[in-house]
Amino acid sequence: MNESILNSVLLLVSLGAVTALVLFVVSKKFYVYEDPLIAEVEDILPGANCAGCGSPGCKSFAEKLVATEDISDLFCPVGGNEVMKLVAETLGKEVAEKDPTVAVVRCQGSCDVRPKTTEYQGPKSCAISAMIYSGETDCQYGCLGDGDCVTACKFDAMYMDETTGLPIVITDKCTSCGMCVEACPRDIIEMRPKNKRDLKVYVGCLNEEKGGIAKKACSVACIGCSKCVDACPKEAITMVNNLAYIDPEYCTLCRKCVPVCPTHSIIETNFPPPKVKKVVEKKVEADSSGEVKSVNLVKDA
Amino acid sequence: MLKTFSKGGIHPPENKLTSTKTIKRLAPPKVVYVPIAQHIGIPAEIIVDRKDKVEIGQVIAKSGGFVSSNIHSPVAGTVTKLDMVIDSSGYKKQCIVIRTDVKNETNFQETEYPLKKEIDLEPAEIVKRISDLGIVGLGGATFPSHVKLNIKEDKKMDCLIINGVECEPYLTADHRLMLEKGEEIIVGIKILMKALHVHKAVIGIEDNKHDAVELFKRLTADEKEIQVAALQVKYPQGGEKQLISAILDREVPKNGLPMDVGVVVNNVGTIFAIYQAIQHNKPLIERVVTVTGKKLENPSNFWVKIGTPIKDLIEEVGGMPEGTRKIINGGPMMGKAIKNTDVPVTKGTSGILIVDDGEACRGEVKNCIRCGECVNVCPMGLEPHLLMNLTEKGLYEKAAQEDIMTCIECGSCSYVCPSNRPLLDYIRFGKNITKNLASSKN
Repeated sequence: MNESILNSVLLLVSLGAVTALVLFVVSKKFYVYEDPLIAEVEDILPGANCAGCGSPGCKSFAEKLVATEDISDLFCPVGGNEVMKLVAETLGKEVAEKDPTVAVVRCQGSCDVRPKTTEYQGPKSCAISAMIYSGETDCQYGCLGDGDCVTACKFDAMYMDETTGLPIVITDKCTSCGMCVEACPRDIIEMRPKNKRDLKVYVGCLNEEKGGIAKKACSVACIGCSKCVDACPKEAITMVNNLAYIDPEYCTLCRKCVPVCPTHSIIETNFPPPKVKKVVEKKVEADSSGEVKSVNLVKDA
Repeated sequence: MLKTFSKGGIHPPENKLTSTKTIKRLAPPKVVYVPIAQHIGIPAEIIVDRKDKVEIGQVIAKSGGFVSSNIHSPVAGTVTKLDMVIDSSGYKKQCIVIRTDVKNETNFQETEYPLKKEIDLEPAEIVKRISDLGIVGLGGATFPSHVKLNIKEDKKMDCLIINGVECEPYLTADHRLMLEKGEEIIVGIKILMKALHVHKAVIGIEDNKHDAVELFKRLTADEKEIQVAALQVKYPQGGEKQLISAILDREVPKNGLPMDVGVVVNNVGTIFAIYQAIQHNKPLIERVVTVTGKKLENPSNFWVKIGTPIKDLIEEVGGMPEGTRKIINGGPMMGKAIKNTDVPVTKGTSGILIVDDGEACRGEVKNCIRCGECVNVCPMGLEPHLLMNLTEKGLYEKAAQEDIMTCIECGSCSYVCPSNRPLLDYIRFGKNITKNLASSKN
């Protein structure tokens, strides 16, 4: 009895020793030198493997950063300037600072403003339905609503709004990796600068049709009237193919274009509510629930 | 036992409602919308401008390259605009809009050409005229016909196959044309045989068109070089490769063309268009269209000018029936649902099918139960379930290795799937991506 225990212990110990020896020899003989910097840089990177930088994953991006002399063109959109600064310090190279960006959805064609004219029963995928036809509505530029962008987002920063049928970007979670931009077959999603308070002014439409046709398909479509172009003091708005585009590089967020748009297709986000010159406040008597409602009668001067 | 192709195939209900209806000539519409991309290949280039007066049969858009085709004005009238109009793809495409001149008599003359049997032109002239007069394959793929007739020198042709199969359910355009224009089609076949220097032609007709088989057997009784082959009724026998397999038992190599096995295949509609082009110098400005559907008052076959809006055709058969859910450009298997009825008839429109709730809606998609039916019925010997999975996962290179590009998009797999899986939707998508990947690599 004792002998069999002893035998098996000896056998296993000797097996372990031999294997350890083989592993030791092999690891010495076939040792591949890897720049320790790569591991160091990889540790700094966010490790999301989102491919937003253009490399397939963080490790290969780290290799690229170490191997390339001039890394001013390379940028990790998820980590942003902080991470890139750390990387630059580690590598002793220079990086260019980039303004942080965030994804915006340039379509406001919800179910109530953009009536459905056909019904699609195929697979729920924007890429497939875009290949087959122009979508359930009469707008062949707008959101198809099958959520390819939401599927592509690896940071849970997008979801489909069930009432409007449009995707919504949670700006706090958006890392601007650009996967949604790539996934959208209609190029609806754009990366726009995210300033400190995340203020944005952009045209929420991509319809290149002439005014009448665009308006018929969707009541909040850009009709190419050029009123915003005239209103802009900085010449930041261009009108190409009946469609206005606000160039974020020149836009000073003055918002003069927003009220002049007859179809309300220019979107402003995160601005404080507009100051109104005359506000007449009057108290209404308590209603049945006992709650006092205050009604603001707004008159624009 | 009648001949048929070797692999796969299905037999959906035939529903040939209009097989006894004579082809009626439709009056020219008030306005025609002529798309410039009616054929496979490079779109034609517009050579008319707004307010130009055009004659019937005048070239209004010139061929944009070798694999392209001229487009002729289907009516005499005035070009009112060059506009973007939704076509059967669901997207807006460039169109030439022509208002028909109601005072011009040429629009309303019904020229019945006398049968002309002598072929005066030389082979090279035949090919040139086919190219000039804008003849494309009328079976549905709209491949420019002159390209098929330009045989490379190292290839040797020995057989011409005439496709009178019409395997799509509901459609009867080719069937009626064969019955009504039999003699002209025989002359057309001889024209092509002369152009191709071949001495054998076989007309393939499915056995559900008994009258056409009988007619052609009678017409070819004295013709030693032309044979008639009655084929078993099976979809998709009208596919080029399937038809060659059925008639000659030859297999076209993977990614190859019928040319590689010494065969040229042409549809009977194309043959008739070629006959008219060569013998009467008539460009391709009209075609036979079957307008059909179970709920229609009077489904019929029509001679329709290219560019006629589909709504005119629907009006002609008694208006849109109640409960219509889907209008299909083409047959039920390979046709495309259209977005609205302003879509014009093009060179490739063989039928308009109007279906209601019962036939239009897809069933609920369930999981694959690994029954293998899709593999059984695939006429190209592919594994549709595998191709769908690979495409769904984005493994396009693997899908390309599994021969996704050889799929002929017949839809048999989606038809038989007991779980209603959208097999063809994904395969088509995968093919598109694979094609783009391949072209971006080059």
